Formats: sequence, C-alpha cells, structure tokens
Amino acid sequence: MGKFGIGQGVLREEDPRLLKGRGIFVNDVSLPNQAHALILRSPHAHAEIRSIDTSAASALPGVLAIYTGEDVAADGLGVPGMPVKWVRPDGAPMKYRPQPPLAVGRVRYVGDPIAMVVAETLEAAKDAAEAIEIDYGPLPSVTDTAHTVDPDAPVIWEDGPDNVSALYQAGDAAAADAAIAKAAHVTKRRFTISRVFAQYMEARGAVGAYDEREDRFTLHADVQYPHRVRQLLAEKIFRIPEQAIRVVARDVGGGFGTKGWQYPEHRLVLWAARKIGRPVKWSCERSEAVQADEHGRDNVTDAELAFDADGRIVGLRVKTLANIGAYLSAIRNLLAAYTNVGTLIGVYDIPAAHVAVRTVHSNTNPTAPYRGAGRPEATYVIERLLDDAARELGIDPAELRRRNMIPPEKLPVKNALGLVYDCGAFADNQAEALRMADYAGFEARREEARARGRLRGIGTSNPIERSASPSPDFAEIRFSTDGTATVLMGTKSQGQGHETVYKQIVGERLGLDSNQIRVVDGDTDRVAFGIGTMGSRSTVIGGSALHFAAGKIVEKAKTIAAHMLEASPVDIAFEDGKFSVAGTDRAVTLTEVAKASFVPARLPKGVEPGLFESATFAPEDDTYPNGSHVCELEIDPETGEVEIVGYWVVDDVGVVVNPSIVKGQIHGGIAQGVGQVLMEQVAYDSESGQLLSGSFMDYAMPRAADFPDIKIASNEVPTKRNPLGVKGAGEAGTVGALPAVMNAILNALAPVGVTDVAMPATPNRIWKAIRDAAA
Amino acid sequence: MSQINVTVNGEAVSAEVEPRLSLADFLRDHRRLTGTHLGCEHGVCGACTVLMNGVPVRSCITLAVVADGAEITSIEGFDEDEPMTQLRKAFHENHALQCGYCTPGMLVAARDIVTRLPDADEARVRLELAGNLCRCTGYVGIVNAILQVLRERRA
Repeated sequence: MGKFGIGQGVLREEDPRLLKGRGIFVNDVSLPNQAHALILRSPHAHAEIRSIDTSAASALPGVLAIYTGEDVAADGLGVPGMPVKWVRPDGAPMKYRPQPPLAVGRVRYVGDPIAMVVAETLEAAKDAAEAIEIDYGPLPSVTDTAHTVDPDAPVIWEDGPDNVSALYQAGDAAAADAAIAKAAHVTKRRFTISRVFAQYMEARGAVGAYDEREDRFTLHADVQYPHRVRQLLAEKIFRIPEQAIRVVARDVGGGFGTKGWQYPEHRLVLWAARKIGRPVKWSCERSEAVQADEHGRDNVTDAELAFDADGRIVGLRVKTLANIGAYLSAIRNLLAAYTNVGTLIGVYDIPAAHVAVRTVHSNTNPTAPYRGAGRPEATYVIERLLDDAARELGIDPAELRRRNMIPPEKLPVKNALGLVYDCGAFADNQAEALRMADYAGFEARREEARARGRLRGIGTSNPIERSASPSPDFAEIRFSTDGTATVLMGTKSQGQGHETVYKQIVGERLGLDSNQIRVVDGDTDRVAFGIGTMGSRSTVIGGSALHFAAGKIVEKAKTIAAHMLEASPVDIAFEDGKFSVAGTDRAVTLTEVAKASFVPARLPKGVEPGLFESATFAPEDDTYPNGSHVCELEIDPETGEVEIVGYWVVDDVGVVVNPSIVKGQIHGGIAQGVGQVLMEQVAYDSESGQLLSGSFMDYAMPRAADFPDIKIASNEVPTKRNPLGVKGAGEAGTVGALPAVMNAILNALAPVGVTDVAMPATPNRIWKAIRDAAA
Repeated sequence: MSQINVTVNGEAVSAEVEPRLSLADFLRDHRRLTGTHLGCEHGVCGACTVLMNGVPVRSCITLAVVADGAEITSIEGFDEDEPMTQLRKAFHENHALQCGYCTPGMLVAARDIVTRLPDADEARVRLELAGNLCRCTGYVGIVNAILQVLRERRA
C-alpha cells in the first residue's frame, strides 16, 4: 500500500497538536463548579491510628468535607477482589489483603492514604489537611526485601507473622535438582533487582462527576485501561451496572504499565462527587506521586546455572523473594512476580529448570507492572548468570551464549518453564549485534582506554519477552454518510503512537488516506469494549482486531460495489481503496461505496444500509519479541562515574508497522533500563522506613547527557500467531538493557577484581567496589 | 492579593493574584493556557519552561508576581516564531516526542539552544538539554531534531 501502509515510517498523527501544547491531559480537565480534593497520607512507615480529629480542619474556610476510612466503610464500598487462589509455602491459602482507599486503624507504608479533604480550592484543602489531628502509635517497620523474612522481622499483618503471602512455582524441581547435582560446573549467584518507579512525566489525576438526573458517574483519569477501570468500579466497588459509569482518558503523559486500574483515588473522587453533589478533582503532585503510586520490580533472587564439561547448560534453579508491598489489593500486585518467570530460560536450550517465587509483604507501596513486569527481572538473572559463568569457565560470553542458543530448526519449542516460543533467529540477532558493535575489536579499545586511565567494558544480552498474552481486544470501523471513517479502539495510547499505527493498518487494508480516518480511544461510552494497553499488546491484539474489522468492511462493501458496477461479487477485486470489475476499467472507490451504503435505493436486495463493522481478537498464544543488545562503556576509576560510549540493538519485533515508532519504543525502553542500572531507586531508610527518594531531586533519572546515540537494526521474523505477523515492541528495550549495561560494568571492572556491584551502580558504589577490591 | 501587569503571548494582561501563586498556575488556571505542563513542581524537570523577557525560566518555581512587567511567552505564543517553526517540524520528522507531556518545555529549551549556540555539536546539545527530563524517548529523536535545526540555520 502506497505511502500510508504497513512498514512505512509515517510521521505521527499525534504530533501537530502536542507540539503546540494542545494535548488534553487529565490535569487540563476542569468541570464547572468543581471542588478540589487532597489526600492526606501517612508520614509513618507503620503505625497504629489511635484517633483522627477533623473538627478544627472542618471549620476552616472553604472546606466542603473531610472523609476518613470510617466514612468509606459506612457507605459499604467494595474491594477489587482476587481471582487467583494461591497457597503459602505451608499449604495454607494466600490471604487477600486489599488496601482500604482510606486507612482504618493502621497505616502500613509512607503514603498510605488516611483522609480526603474536599474544598473550594486546592489551597484551602491543603490548609485543612494540616489542621487534621491524628494520634499515631508508631510500630517497627521493614522495607528491605531480603529482611522481610528474617525471624525477627517486624510483622506487617498480625495473622501472617512470617510476612510471606504465597508461593508460586514453575518447572520441574526434581529434574532441575538432578541436573545441578551431576553438573560439571555450577554458577551460583544472588541478584537484587532494585525498587523503581515509573515516574511518568505527568503525575496521575482524576476528575469525578456524578449526574443525579441520569444517576451516572463520569471519571476522567489518565489510565491505560478505561474499560477495566469501569468494570472494577461498577462490578466491585459501587456494585452498579457498567452503563452507570463512563470512564474517559484523553492524552496520557506516560504510563509504562503503572497507570493501573485499581487506584483508590478513582473511586474516591466519584464517591465524594456524589456525596457533595459537585465534580471533584484530584491532581497528584510530584512529591506525592512516589508515595501514592504503585512501584515496580524489587526482588531478591538466588540462582544457579549448571553446565556440562562442554559448557552446555544442563539446568537452572531459581528462588526469588518478590516484594509486593504492604497490601495485596488485586492481581496487579502479583503480575510482575509470576507471569513472566518463564522467560528466565531466555533464548537458550535449557533442558531442566525450576523456579520458586515467594511473594512477601513489607512496609512499602504495593508493587505492580512497570515496563517489562517481570521480564527484565528474569532476563537480568539468566544473562548475568551467563556472563559470570563465562568468566568462571574461561569462555567468551558471546560464544557461551551462542553455544547454548535454541537453533531455529528447534522452533517452535516448549521451554522448561512451559512457554512455547514460536519463532526467532536468536543466533543471527547476536551475530549482527556483535558485528555492529565491532565486538571483535573490543580488546584493542579496552587497551586504548586503559592507556587513558579508564576502565572500558562491553556487555551483551539476548532478551526474549512474552508479549501480547491471550486476552481479547476490540476495534470498530464506522463509516459516516460522507464516506469518512471513525475507528474506535479498545486499547489506550499513553504516547506510543497508536493513532498513527492504527491509521496505517486501516490505510493498508482499506486504502484510505489519513485525513479520511479519525481514531478514537479512551472513552467507554464510545468504544464498546476493551482490555487496554499493557504487555506490548496493542498493535498485536488491537491491530489484529482492526485488521479483521477492515476485512468485514471490504466484504460488505464488495457486495454493494458489485451492485453499483452491475457485476457479480466474485468478479470484483479490491485494491488501493478501489473496487473494480476484473478485466475492465469500471471501478468505484470505497468512499463512494460507503456513501452509497446509506441510500437504500443503491443497495442490492437484502443488504442492510450503512457500513459499520467491528471485530474482537484474542490470540491463541503469546508472541515472543526477542533481540540482542550490546553496551560499551567506560568507567573513571577515580570517580566511579560510568559513561556509556556505545549502544547497539538488533531487534525482532516481528513485522514492523512503523519503523520510527518501533525505534522510539526501543530507545525509550533502553533509557528506562539504563536508568534502573545506573541511578534510579526508590530508597527507604532501613531503620525508620521513611521514603528517601520522594522527589525528582532525590530520584535520579537519565538525562540527555547520559546517553550516546543508540543504533538499532531490525531482524524481522514474522509470527504466525496473529494476521499481522507482529510481536509487540513496548518493553523490549528495557528488558535487554538491564543485563547488558550491568554486564558491561562488571566486564569493565573485572580487571580490577570487582565481581559484583549493587543496582543502581552509582559512582559512589563503583568507586567503593574498586577500592574494596584493591584492599 | 497583588496586582500584576504582564504581557502573555503578546497580549497585555492585568490580574489580581495571590503572592504564593506560581507563574505556571497563573498561565494554566487563570489564563487557561494548559500547554505549559507541570512535571515536578520544583524546577528539576523543565516541562514548565517558558520564556520570560526572552529567557527560559521554570514557571513552576517562578512566582506570578515576579513576572510583573515582564513579557511571557508560553508554548501557545510561538506560532509566528521562525526557530520554533523549524523545531516543531524537526521534532515531528525525528520522532522527538511520544506522550508529549515534556514537549512544550523541551521545545522552549531547544529554541534557546538553537538561537544561543548556533555552533553547538551533539555533546553540547546533550549537555544543554540535560535540564529537561523526558521519560519516553531516550532523547535520541530530540537531539537529532535540534541538530537538524542547527544545520538548517547554519546553511
């Protein structure tokens, strides 16, 4: 398809308005007569709430209402619920521990919401919040994951004294034990994946309204899953029909998995709006965001990788403690801990494997998916083990990887943890990435750097991600009487460029130009159904649904076109937006057919007027985007500072719909991975449980000066698991970057005797590691 | 309340404001110019950058009363501006934005770079840009866009 189809680097449709500051983000939404809400949060990591006195605060000017957990309980708001029944290591059932939207009796982390002040202005609400008197009885706290299971660790839930929530296992324990017992070499390590936070540039917000005449709520919020938010609020929280709630998400200033569907503020603004009879707006402030939002990652893993005498992997055994935070409100809090552990196998031929994940509670925010959601953690473990094993075995790490890769002829294959990889050219990815990075010439560059007093290192990783898991999503194409089309999608863009990609798919299938198509997402009143955007699924599942909806449009339009052209439908061909009679120059455009479809006199007998079609697609299995990353960097041994000097990626995301958008996803993903390895961390004081990284001053993130240019090449191996052949691209960059960057750091530090550096590898930590190794 | 007289995007504006009101909130809430975005509210991320008398300032940590007598240009006020027109085109062509939240501040910072440092190379552009955070792009497209405009302006 000409200039606007699949595979073209089409410039983004979203850009013109965003470049003029004409986006509509949630904080830009203001409703007539709205009141402002402020959430008062716990300053303690763990405390009993002995009493709350709101009387002085309530009397302040401009205050409309102050609500506490007792008010929420009195109105009987429901909880999200837990669809899975897991068990603990001792066989007892996992306890469901939902977070109350406002705390009752006890707070369990710094930021746990306690009271909601609703006032005429935000300033009045802030003044009132300061006048609320709360008598706390502070309790000991634990925030550090490894210490949650210490025998004397503070207890988060009195009926769960070991802080363990549940045990999740995959693979064959006996086979893994046997393989490791008789192995020629076992590389054994403990890896700690730090706690980070998405830090989308737009902090969250919610504007709730209640229409008494219609008995209906409207929620404006920056969410990735408008329909799931509606479903949760209707079915679980308010127990009302879904039609009684509308959820609207317009421009979303980044989400990265963390703008989830269960945030308490969504229900609070609606509930308060109904109580006071006015719209209620809540805007999270930056210093509030780290306290208010779900965090990502945070686990401690003990892993063993076993080899035979030829350096071939015979077994993998992994035991993980995954910190899910203080509460277990919904399955979101478990997703990162278990859904992607299968990719611990990586792209390697590992005959036996077993993984056991214990989910643990702590005095921290709940954790939930953040870009990769378990994939970066899993890939980090296998790719770090391979580099460490290579050092121990005296084999080049890239060669050790090559020797153990799953060859293309073995695909599809079910890996030892149960995932069925369908396709990929793993060895080709690595070979090309190494060629781009001039891996062969690295030792000369290391020598040259050494002469300048700098430690140079190179690191690789071969990530594979489980993406676009089998759940449905929806697309609808509606033609108007003027022949233009509106495309309604169940997925929700947070900056990925969906509007552009979906127009390209429609352009490819229907031959329409961009200006004949309008894409709508993020409105449960307009879009019939959706699951939303996460897990690199939108182009795969939403795009495929759109592909099928377009197919239905062509089928119906062909019948009408045949009638218009006085030919038989079997003689009609459709190409480039035109229906033509085979072997003649008689043709009508889809636009003309769409216009005619509304005029009964122009339709064949029995054909219903109008041209509207929808489709829902659910793939039968996951897709597996994969690739190869190479990172080269230099370390100044005098300061411990890391400078990334080169970064190369070969990526297989299947068919590439828009090359520049895919590259943008990879670039941004790498930046977040580099950020986690080098600087980002949600830090707590281990004694007091106080949050130490509550602002952008304390939570370091990568800036432009922290990167070189990033070189990306594509190695497309289309999947057959969806009609477009696409695999998903949203998380690939982050998944590969975590291990590639840390492997490069340890490669640089190996000559000075450093074998491990904790994440984030800050200059201070690297400097200390160098000094400690020399001592 | 304090009386201020400000020129906002070429329009003379008089207003009564609270002394604690930030310039960003003045633009967003009083003038409904919502293109100025608040990212961190403490001067670290650059999303709220606007021009005050032609110089970039963080409108989140600039009080509205400080802008009394000044000329303010927010992202909505650059439609006739040549470097901004070049930058918008280059940002579009180089995929320099994803969610678009940091973009208004990025553009104002970028305009400062291309007008103040016509000979800047990539390293200098990255250094100058380091006052603005983007969480989506890894800065690749943004840096390329600015370098493209620098080349165009030198030609």
